[in-house]
Amino acid sequence: MTKRVGMEVSIAVAEAVKLADVDVVAVYPITPQTHVVEHIADLVVDGELDAEYIPVESEHSALSACLGSAATGARTFTATASQGLELMQETLYVASGMRLPIVMVVANRAVSAPLSIWGDHSDVMTVRDSGWIQIFNENGQEMVDNTICAFRIAENQQVLLPVMVHMDGFNLSHVIEPILLPDEEQVKAFLPTNNYPLPLHPSKPVAMGDFAPPFIFTEARWAHEEALRNSKRTIVEVWDVFAKEFGRQYKPVESYRTEGAKTLLLTMGSFSETAMTAVDKIREEGLSVGLIRLRLWRPFPFEELREALQGIDTLIVLDRALSTGGPGGPVASEVRAALYSQNPRPQIVSFVGGLGGRDITVENFETIIKRGMEIAKSGSDKEFQMFGVRE
Amino acid sequence: MQNLNVFAPRLLEKAEAFSPGHRACIGCGEVLAVRLAAKAMGKNLIMVNATGCMEIIASQIPNTNWNVPWIHTLFENTAAVASGVGSGLKVLMRKGRIPQEEINVAAIGGDGATLDIGLQALSGAMERGHKFLYICFDNEAYMNTGVQRSSATPFGASTTTSPAGKNSFGQFSWKKDMPAIAVAHNIPYVATACPSYPFDMIRKIKKAQTFDGPSYIQVFSVCPTGWRTAGDISIRLGRLAVETAVFPLYEVENGKYKLSMDFPKLKPLTDYTKPQGRFRHLSPEVLAQIQEKVLQKYDELKAKTALDEVKP
Repeated sequence: MTKRVGMEVSIAVAEAVKLADVDVVAVYPITPQTHVVEHIADLVVDGELDAEYIPVESEHSALSACLGSAATGARTFTATASQGLELMQETLYVASGMRLPIVMVVANRAVSAPLSIWGDHSDVMTVRDSGWIQIFNENGQEMVDNTICAFRIAENQQVLLPVMVHMDGFNLSHVIEPILLPDEEQVKAFLPTNNYPLPLHPSKPVAMGDFAPPFIFTEARWAHEEALRNSKRTIVEVWDVFAKEFGRQYKPVESYRTEGAKTLLLTMGSFSETAMTAVDKIREEGLSVGLIRLRLWRPFPFEELREALQGIDTLIVLDRALSTGGPGGPVASEVRAALYSQNPRPQIVSFVGGLGGRDITVENFETIIKRGMEIAKSGSDKEFQMFGVRE
Repeated sequence: MQNLNVFAPRLLEKAEAFSPGHRACIGCGEVLAVRLAAKAMGKNLIMVNATGCMEIIASQIPNTNWNVPWIHTLFENTAAVASGVGSGLKVLMRKGRIPQEEINVAAIGGDGATLDIGLQALSGAMERGHKFLYICFDNEAYMNTGVQRSSATPFGASTTTSPAGKNSFGQFSWKKDMPAIAVAHNIPYVATACPSYPFDMIRKIKKAQTFDGPSYIQVFSVCPTGWRTAGDISIRLGRLAVETAVFPLYEVENGKYKLSMDFPKLKPLTDYTKPQGRFRHLSPEVLAQIQEKVLQKYDELKAKTALDEVKP
């Protein structure tokens, strides 16, 4: 039976992992991810989840152990953040290149130095091109739902790719929210047993991870590219089935109060909820502004985004990461690239803010929107605006 | 012993888990060791292979020499991958998704993958107690990348990153004692082996698989290319390494040391170093220093061994 509970989001994610009846969990502690794996440990020792729990000695080994277990056909989960994701970097490419359907929750956090345990999207952006499916979430309910959906997407025989489910550190990982925990039987029906097509087993020897000389490497990369691009179809299908079964609909690009708006704000992750409140307030002032929430970061939803932005004059993008010495906000940069071929195309104003756990309040968002509109009109010689920085 | 030689082939498994046609150098001691190890481990095996010569010479798309399920991922994570493979099999058997049977998990890597870059992952996997066999094929340097020093390179050996020159006699540090590090993890079985003594090696590998936990075997693997030796003396060099006590053969079962063979009189170190280009530059003084260290280490090893278990 579906239960409505008040629960810390990290704990709810662990409950979702239990509902997914995961087989192997390899873990290494890092703030702000630890509550997820601590609660999974409790579930395993209390016999509520029948899984092998491997408390490894580093994040590199966490994902490496996942490579091994996913290769045997076991449903495999891990979670990490920040430096942990950095240490995994090398293994991330192996997971996707070898088409191993691992699910990983990333509690997004800044990257050192200076040391910061607080949230932003710097860690995600360093693994942007690692070939994983990447889904962003705004609240605890979305984390639960998309953790469950992630397994169905990853293990789909047309996909067979690892999935990162992003959860903003602290802003999401450590807050207590009302959450609908889906019914176990319903999840079981939604999520069939993992049926990895060519598992490691002596009954049918396979060689995995052979090395590719130049005559085949490009084709291997292209096959991966096609698989990742085509996965969008499956992702959308899974979200549609989920909506039918559980009544909550997710889309690659989601809109909020965009009707009639010539100016749109674009955000990713938990700040979108604050942005919604700001949009409500600004609409009350008579300005017609709406919000675009980018849910699917990889594969990048080019068509959906172009469609959502049709007919607008100004797009204001808030990034929680900085492409240092480059174009500023990575999301803004990609959105610009996606719209460059469009005619007409909107003015794009890029803001970078909310770094290393600094909050962006409703008032801040109002400021961003208003300043963004001014800059769109007057123009700016800067690639991006560093919001709230003391120079 | 002579009779045993005549009948030796009959004592070996005929089937080749590692088939011919690989690209290893002529006289490669490591590939011989891998082939023997694969024979010893049998068909019910999943092999996890670190990056290195053995991956490069045996797994170029679209070919493979492996007749058992095989996975290669990276250089330093082999033991961690093996722990994942073992855990995956365990839970799938428990949940009835694959048949309940004994499937051996083995991880193999060179000395660089084991003693240097992969030491942490190996330490973690040993400490956690996964049931798997880790075999380090020790050819005493990074051979796949062109003979660079590792922490397994012996004192005085000239490599491309510890070259002998006007101000250097080559490798400046003593070989890391990896078997002792493995023993310190309180794992049930640690051994050293050499393909020049195939039956001893096969026995140890088979024995290692019987323990319900991690086991570690370090296999001395002569590398004609990296050591600058003739390709037809690899077996002899392996024997000389043992007969001079440069690489003594022993096993450690649940912490108890046992020499696999002892010699009434050890051969002099120079019998072993002389045919090798990597030691050719060494002065008599440095050779004497190494000889002294070899004997000292051997005495230390013998001291750990129960005397009554030593067979001459």
